[in-house]
Amino acid sequence: MVEIDCRGLSCPEPVIRTKKALKDNADGLDVIVDDRAARENVPRYAEAAGFKASVQEEGDGWRVKIRK
Amino acid sequence: MRISGKIGLAICGAIIGIISVALVAFGNPLNMGFCIACFIRDIAGGMHLHTAPIVEYIRPEIIGIILGSFLISVARKDFNPRGGSSPVLRFIIGFVVMVGALVFLGCPLRMVLRLGGGDLNALVGLLGFACGIAIGCFFLSQGFSLGRSYKATRLEGTAFPFMTILLFVVFMAAPSLFLFSESGPGSMHAPVAISLLAGLIVGIIVERTRLCMAGGIRDIILIRDFTLISGFAAIFVFTLIGNLITGNFHLGFADQPVSHSAHLWNFLGMVAVGLGSVMLGGCPLRQLILAGEGSGDSAIAVLGMLVGAAFAHNFSLASSAGVGPGIGGKIATVVGILLLLAISSIITMRNRRADG
Repeated sequence: MVEIDCRGLSCPEPVIRTKKALKDNADGLDVIVDDRAARENVPRYAEAAGFKASVQEEGDGWRVKIRK
Repeated sequence: MRISGKIGLAICGAIIGIISVALVAFGNPLNMGFCIACFIRDIAGGMHLHTAPIVEYIRPEIIGIILGSFLISVARKDFNPRGGSSPVLRFIIGFVVMVGALVFLGCPLRMVLRLGGGDLNALVGLLGFACGIAIGCFFLSQGFSLGRSYKATRLEGTAFPFMTILLFVVFMAAPSLFLFSESGPGSMHAPVAISLLAGLIVGIIVERTRLCMAGGIRDIILIRDFTLISGFAAIFVFTLIGNLITGNFHLGFADQPVSHSAHLWNFLGMVAVGLGSVMLGGCPLRQLILAGEGSGDSAIAVLGMLVGAAFAHNFSLASSAGVGPGIGGKIATVVGILLLLAISSIITMRNRRADG
């Protein structure tokens, strides 16, 4: 599964990167975030775009799993 | 549990609207229950950084907002010391945002409060603000980023909120060290305890909901998300209702409190604020909140605004109420916008090249 690292980026950049990456990876991807706003906004965006999203803690941040 | 989503933001906006109207009733200038730009400017004057006699006061609202955010983020384990994302550029952008806001005479929050008071000049400002945000969104979608931030020590993250506490303690213990306006907007203020409490409440609820005046319009343009705008809308509605009840609603362009009708400059001033806010990742209010949460980058942006405010008055860049900007303010606004466009373009082009 493709993974994009959005640690250290503040919103809305993780959402924009997720949006772009989803265009090339229609099956889904993982997004690593360490910002609480991104932890909520990335799954919200993914769900609005018709994907399923789940979040799990990982290191100092979270892994957002976005699947079709 | 974090209060999130549209309902939380709408409640937050409603509380801000009500508190803003109440602060005016307690003594703040009309349509200025809160104004992050004006209040930082007053603090700059109070601290002798500029000497415009009508805008000097240590506004406890600003201190309260930063501390409210700091306290709640520590209590809820949201406190997150970070830094290193283009601090110098953030300082410059904060500076330009402040100059733009002082040409318009208000930050985005006061723009909405002015709208709720019937000031149609703020509608011109809103158009400029939305235009600036749209330009910022264009750059963001093309790859603009001020770069990653990195974990910082707790000392680094606490330093700015601590300095804020220190300022308040000195303000209480030795007020004679500071300058206080005897007339004009700086002389009009609610009692210190009420202002501080109002700031604390707003700091806490905005930290929890992440309300942002620029983020609402930005998210609509970029990702068709209407969550953040609900806070913006609620502030307007509740300020409007509050002003109608207290008799402070006056519809029109002329004779509005602490404002002017130089439409082009109201528009362009807020273009600078909108664009700069998107580049910084949030409006001036949001920068205070993030600084309270431990973001060194936002603390630097706030310091840029503080210095920008001092320059704006020392070099007559700020508009005069009822008159508008002088030649210096007009030049500074245009140069400021060009500077933001140059920074955005250079970073965006570099990032696109790097992405191949």
